[in-house]
Amino acid sequence: MEVLFSSVKELVSLAETQNKPISEIMIEQEMLITKRSREDIIAQMDNNLTVMESAVEQGLQGVKSTSGLTGGDAVLIQNYIKSGKSLSGDLILDAVSKAVATNEVNAAMGMICATPTAGAAGIVPGTLFAVKEKLNPTREQMVNYLFTSGAFGFVVANNASISGAAGGCQAETGSAASMAAAAIVEMAGGTPQQSAEAFSIVMKNMLGLVCDPVAGLVEVPCVKRNAMGAAKALVGADMALAGVVSRIPTDEVIEAMHRIGQTMPSALRETAKGGLAATPTGKWLEAKIFGKDRAVNDTVNS
Amino acid sequence: MKYRSVFEIIGPVMIGPSSSHTAGAARIGRVARDLFGRQPEWAKIYLYGSFAETYKGHGTDVAIIGGLLDYDTFDERIKTSFEDAAALGMTFEFIPEEEEAEHPNTAKIVIGDSQGEMELVGISIGGGTMEVTELNGFPLRLSGHFPALLVVHDDRAGVIANVSNAIASQGMNIAHMEVGRKEKGKMALMVIEVDQMFDETLLDELKSLPNVTQVSTLAN
Repeated sequence: MEVLFSSVKELVSLAETQNKPISEIMIEQEMLITKRSREDIIAQMDNNLTVMESAVEQGLQGVKSTSGLTGGDAVLIQNYIKSGKSLSGDLILDAVSKAVATNEVNAAMGMICATPTAGAAGIVPGTLFAVKEKLNPTREQMVNYLFTSGAFGFVVANNASISGAAGGCQAETGSAASMAAAAIVEMAGGTPQQSAEAFSIVMKNMLGLVCDPVAGLVEVPCVKRNAMGAAKALVGADMALAGVVSRIPTDEVIEAMHRIGQTMPSALRETAKGGLAATPTGKWLEAKIFGKDRAVNDTVNS
Repeated sequence: MKYRSVFEIIGPVMIGPSSSHTAGAARIGRVARDLFGRQPEWAKIYLYGSFAETYKGHGTDVAIIGGLLDYDTFDERIKTSFEDAAALGMTFEFIPEEEEAEHPNTAKIVIGDSQGEMELVGISIGGGTMEVTELNGFPLRLSGHFPALLVVHDDRAGVIANVSNAIASQGMNIAHMEVGRKEKGKMALMVIEVDQMFDETLLDELKSLPNVTQVSTLAN
């Protein structure tokens, strides 16, 4: 299969030598691989953007999952922002609430766009719709934000993993947050290399994160990991825009994530057998949701 | 390259909560429906591994039934698929199995009506991507990484040549091809993975070929 890039190094070098944004390189590669027209490809991404926007709006109205484990936190955070007491900053908290909103809608069986998975679907749109308030991007720039995220995600998916079952949460929310950081940099006017630096800075802080969903559901701790992923994406982007660089090149950071995922025990890779899922309360919740026969210890905390 | 398109990273658009347990499950159901070629009257769904343990919480069950009703991963009707199936007169049953399957997210779907029956085993490998590993007892190695054509045909001389000629005439390259049959002269199955997306004209042409009984697609 002919591709324009298979590493971040190649991606950045193409963008620099051709003086094009990373989003444009992604669009060109998509045209090359799928033989679809530019209009078709952009229209599909525009539709994905619309889906993300609706999910955020829906989540900010307040939703509740079938299990009852998650829902309503996006509203709490928005109300707190309105109180004017926020310490970490309104933009960061706005991104956090919109990431939470998306994942709450996901948990409630609403419609979302996987970025790169459903469990990590909050971070890319959460940061996008928060940064939008400050940078006032055009619709085209917002669509390009998704192509830039996708370009970095494409490298991760092919060289490492985007699946929690294969690589832990670092592969899911870790990838999503790093992808978002790279896209924020491009939207804010940073260089392709700064996008790569932002990606590295964030991914380095996601390495080792395990996938330990309570009762195997995409709810606890997934929703809050999306919240923190959004916050890290913004801070990482700011650091890169400030001129901070990663001492370890991006492709090597991705390779490190891959190797960490491979050595992670299976109990910590989406089997709901370790980590938070294996805590007394995690087990109790599992028993409550699925019936007592499924949990090993169903007497704790009852 | 495991992933080919940016829309495997930013996508699919889907009903939550899980790309593997909901979207991938819906796709397994929809491929079964596609291959069956019509609305089945009944369905028996055997679930293995993580599917068997967490299917209720993930909506794996409504997603598979939604797929059998030809709903896409983003179709809101997935949530009401049980009621919709009942309205159409389709009966169904879910059977969680204890035994270990090779892949943690495995479903065996047996569907049928007065005219026939079909059995398909599918696995959901992450991010909404699925693979078919068995069809009517034929073991397959359908990667799901390439667009694929599944051609059910009578085991007769010349069918394979006709199919590959039709594909070649569209200027398309075959990445991987597998042919299997149950019994000499009976039903056979061709699984063809191609490098590019195909369009409706190719599918119509394949369907019109002699001894071809069913053409289904897996586009990724």
